[in-house]
Amino acid sequence: MNKIEDKFKELKKKGRKGFIPFITCGDPDLVTSKSLVFALEEAGADIIELGIPFSDPIADGPTIQASSKRALTNRVSLRKVIQFAKEIRKKSQIPLVLLSYFNPIYRLGIKNFIKESKDIVDGVIIPDLPPEEAKLLEGLEEDKLPLIFLLAPTSTEERIRLVSQFSQGFIYVVSISGVTGAREAVPYKIKNLILQIRNLTDKPVCLGFGISTPNQVKVVKDWVDGVIVGSALVNIIDKYAKDKKLMIKEAGKFVKNLREALSSP
Amino acid sequence: MVFNRKGYFGRYGGCFVPEILMPALKELEEAYFSLGKEKDFQEELDYYLKNYAGRPTPLYFASHLSQKLKGPKIYLKREDLLHTGAHKINNTLGQVLLAKKMGKKRIIAETGAGQHGVATATACALLGIKCAVYMGEEDVKRQSLNVLRMRTLKAEVIPVKNGSRTLKDAINEALRDWVTNIETTFYVLGSVVGPHPYPTMVRDFQSVIGKEVKRQIMEKEKRLPDYLIACVGGGSNSMGLFYPFYKEEKVNFIGVEAGGLGLNTKKHSATLASGERGVLHGALTYLLQDKDGQVRLTHSVAPGLDYSGVGPELSFYKETKRAKFTTVTDKEAISAFFLLSEVEGIIPALESAHAVAYLKKNCSQFKNNLVVLNLSGRGDKDMCIIERFLKEKNNE
Ligand SMILES: Cc1ncc(COP(=O)(O)O)c(C=O)c1O
Repeated sequence: MNKIEDKFKELKKKGRKGFIPFITCGDPDLVTSKSLVFALEEAGADIIELGIPFSDPIADGPTIQASSKRALTNRVSLRKVIQFAKEIRKKSQIPLVLLSYFNPIYRLGIKNFIKESKDIVDGVIIPDLPPEEAKLLEGLEEDKLPLIFLLAPTSTEERIRLVSQFSQGFIYVVSISGVTGAREAVPYKIKNLILQIRNLTDKPVCLGFGISTPNQVKVVKDWVDGVIVGSALVNIIDKYAKDKKLMIKEAGKFVKNLREALSSP
Repeated sequence: MVFNRKGYFGRYGGCFVPEILMPALKELEEAYFSLGKEKDFQEELDYYLKNYAGRPTPLYFASHLSQKLKGPKIYLKREDLLHTGAHKINNTLGQVLLAKKMGKKRIIAETGAGQHGVATATACALLGIKCAVYMGEEDVKRQSLNVLRMRTLKAEVIPVKNGSRTLKDAINEALRDWVTNIETTFYVLGSVVGPHPYPTMVRDFQSVIGKEVKRQIMEKEKRLPDYLIACVGGGSNSMGLFYPFYKEEKVNFIGVEAGGLGLNTKKHSATLASGERGVLHGALTYLLQDKDGQVRLTHSVAPGLDYSGVGPELSFYKETKRAKFTTVTDKEAISAFFLLSEVEGIIPALESAHAVAYLKKNCSQFKNNLVVLNLSGRGDKDMCIIERFLKEKNNE
């Protein structure tokens, strides 16, 4: 049984929603990223999303582009992040989701990637790999990789069915038409899509892209099983780049705040 | 390995894009294969290609160049004579016309040399639709004339400050714009790259080049050529020339990539000659990348060739050995730029000069062969680069 599925079952039993923070591994450096992961867990994160930096992140806005660039300057690679995840596993059993564009995985080799990340990584999000392509790939048959697929405001019913069938762990719903990046507005429009998804599948649904404030979290939490927060957290990491201790503290505080908003009645 | 899937050329191609783009690409695919194939659409496009863009372009027997190189009999396909100065208009007229029929309100495009940007801005001015063009900051600088042309045509030119500030980064930004404005916007891609259906659609629009060559060479020489030669950036002018000859096995294809400062330097754009398989901008194709799968920065004196990816169908041609891919350096291209200007009175685009340079360098191999070289564009846009080159040379 998949750790992520277990997590959502457990959350459901407790009547809680999942909180999933995203960081780019290696921004500002891998040692600090590790401390950040533990701090986020302590502050109430349920699952952690570990970003692999990529040279051409087409689904990302300026915040994560810059973060990715900083990590690449530190020569962080997919291989190093898998090693990094192994280190985390020694101390924590929190479910880990890797987020990588497809080329670094393709380059490492799908079979190699599966072999190396098995038992350590609980889910993989590949923003530029739709289910159609995933199904065709050699080495990806028989659900060997716990792939989490995305749905977007433009997704048709046909696509909702497709993604619901193949997504493992949860379904990642992109809240807006756009790239990643912190936004203030509540994405009210997405509610209809989520209801449509709910009608077609029992799989957990998590909402991401643009979620950054307690106010947004309070509104969307009743629609979903979890929220994903990336750019807003990466902004904090960037803001306190000069003082890593303070960075870790502020990141924890930020997550705690959102966690509370998520748990509020 | 799986072959013959939709949007694939052998193992290459596909549709590796964020979910948000999938419905739009499906919509485009459907529109292109229905609307785009209708007689009305074809007639309207033909009308503009003929009366507006200046087709058919001449197939010119370059007697002086042939004499000078003492080997092959060389014909030049004069895409440089087209309106806006390059083959790019063949594709933009097709795509912008399609966008209009689909009811889109806004066009976006990327551009490297600025030729695709100008051709898109031109088609948009003609057909009355709003246009924004993403262009790397480096290219904005070195092709400033084209920036001015686009602005004159009332297109918004948006400089891109990321990465190498060239074509790759302009495509990234255009894709981000598309993701954000998907409902209203049509993305006019400028080469046979990107996700399905772009490589097929752009190739089809550019195939007018090869179709004309086939007819023209039969008229003039009563036989098919031995060699077709074209420069390869993303691959649209080469695919446009090659594709109608695909089944003519005796016709050899040669694609010339930008060798920049030399393949041993990493400062080049020789994707097919020295890259490895990967996924960029929606397609599985050859790619210049490092061992971790990060896309490498490229270099070429010709902005239109300065790209780390290449069209998936050309990757297929490489794998199946249907075409041969080779490179020439910046210096060789510049020297060929002057040669063609001097002996034929034709100033070629620096991109096209790469194809000329290959022929110049290897002319002895083509003794008595009939060669058609695609002169994809004219060199007006490159005069500033040449000026800088001459200054640097004088200072050396
Ligand atoms: C004149 C000219 N030739 C060739 C190219 C290269 O593109 P492609 O390989 O798609 O023909 C360009 C691109 O800007 C160009 O302007």
